[in-house]
Amino acid sequence: MKARRRNIVLPGLGLILLLAAPAVFYPVLLMKLLCFALFASAFNLMLGYTGLLSFGHAAFFGGAAYVTGYLLQSQGFGPLLGIACGVLFACALGALVGLLAIRRQGIYFAMITLALAQMVYFLCLELPQTGGEDGLQGVPRGNLLGLNLSDDLTLYYVVLVFSSAGILLIWRTIHSPFGRILLAIRENEPRALSLGYDVVRYKWLAFVLSAGLSGLAGALKTLVFKFATLTDTHWHQSGEVVLMTILGGIGTLTGPLLGAATLVTLEDQLADKVGSLVTVILGAIFVMCVLVFPRGIVGAATGFTERLLGKSQPPLP
Amino acid sequence: MSAAGPIILQALQLTKGFRGFSALEGINLTVRQGTIHALIGPNGAGKTTCFNLLTRFITADSGQILYRGQDITRRPPAWVARQGLVRSFQISAVFPHLSVLENVCVALQRRLGNSFHFWKSGRSLRALETRALELLHQVGLEHQEKRLAVALPYGQKRALEIATTLALDPELLLLDEPTQGMGQEDVVQIMGLIQQVAAQRTVLMVEHNMKVVSAICDRITVLARGRVLAEGSYAEMARHPEVISAYMGTEPLYPARAGT
Repeated sequence: MKARRRNIVLPGLGLILLLAAPAVFYPVLLMKLLCFALFASAFNLMLGYTGLLSFGHAAFFGGAAYVTGYLLQSQGFGPLLGIACGVLFACALGALVGLLAIRRQGIYFAMITLALAQMVYFLCLELPQTGGEDGLQGVPRGNLLGLNLSDDLTLYYVVLVFSSAGILLIWRTIHSPFGRILLAIRENEPRALSLGYDVVRYKWLAFVLSAGLSGLAGALKTLVFKFATLTDTHWHQSGEVVLMTILGGIGTLTGPLLGAATLVTLEDQLADKVGSLVTVILGAIFVMCVLVFPRGIVGAATGFTERLLGKSQPPLP
Repeated sequence: MSAAGPIILQALQLTKGFRGFSALEGINLTVRQGTIHALIGPNGAGKTTCFNLLTRFITADSGQILYRGQDITRRPPAWVARQGLVRSFQISAVFPHLSVLENVCVALQRRLGNSFHFWKSGRSLRALETRALELLHQVGLEHQEKRLAVALPYGQKRALEIATTLALDPELLLLDEPTQGMGQEDVVQIMGLIQQVAAQRTVLMVEHNMKVVSAICDRITVLARGRVLAEGSYAEMARHPEVISAYMGTEPLYPARAGT
């Protein structure tokens, strides 16, 4: 099976590159990249595979970041338990938000998720445990299974394991029996309903999964930067993940990864040189991308290779 | 075929209005098991609204729907479908970017009970393929299973839709204009298919093509302006003065001239 071998070769190559990457790049930047790649992939489970645009995913990302930070800093939790609690919190929050929003579509769904995420933002600002304007600073990384995480390189490999596991779960979900029904719902919702599938429940489960995995990304982010701040729950963050996913290519597995990598790298490179102009530049890039290749980087690349192959190969009889 | 089977579906005094315009006013409808029952009427008579009410895609303002003696008036649409009352749509309802085989498998998958298992491999769905291929063979779509549904010609899309519906093994099929927009050849094929399917089931269909109605339907209910105008066999309907006048200026009932 040639196709099958290719299915393993590409992710394998990516993994080898990621294993070797700290030799060339700064580990903290790489970890940030991994966190956002996971976040965008989790978001894509909603936008790309369920067809719903959530504008409140920062609530799950930031909410878990705060929960994990608080438990590590003030309750003396270990990193594993702290991350687990952060993810559970994001799942529970997702379950609740999903319950309220999932029956709506399009702009209404986006608005409800945005409004609920704003509530989480204000809670993070006002609650006594969250440190107000400062957020949680100096969160200890602790030890994981005898590994000292204060070493950036060690933490990098831990983050790599967690984020790969998260992305693997997304891959599995998309190709599972559940994923098939999600696809059917996205393709033709009334028909899926008429075949006896409770469409709302499938969307809700996808939303909870997406929220939980966004939470994992947020919890890891706290561990990497040793802080959880209001930026994590701000609606800018919800917008950014939309940009990453659309830039990379909606409904593809690699799209959100590439989109996140592009945006994070650009922000990192430009921040020192142009200051707050970075938002303007990113905005311009986004507008251009949407106009020139609406299917994102991956969509454009696939289209290009197909055209190349189509030209170089003789037409089939 | 006799029309004397037990009652499978019954609508009592169904009423539905949309912003002051009453689409249906007190519809009574009785479908008996083992029949092919047609719902006909001029455009705007409320046929599709009636279908949407019966399959619970919209909710009636008042009235009652009984399916096998059970009140389903307030049940959710997916639940009704799981009880064996399955509908098709006016525009062909396939999953366009799934393959023909996958289309049928989506319907078969419900029986496996693993549709929420997001951690399971998609390989667990392979077990459905044998049955799916059988169903495709039954509707004349053998050797097409790898094509995307969107690439099929119109008539074959409708055939695929019927195969997908049959995968649920429904007791009562509601077909919304199954031959709409088809060439004569496809119409004949779909007619044969409906008759074949109806051998073990009950069919209620909205249909405009009177050749189809006269050829295969046992019983006909005529709707006009949101009310039931008449009910009976095709021959009775073709002679019915009110039915004839309701169709005046639109399309005459096929061999209607012979009756008058």
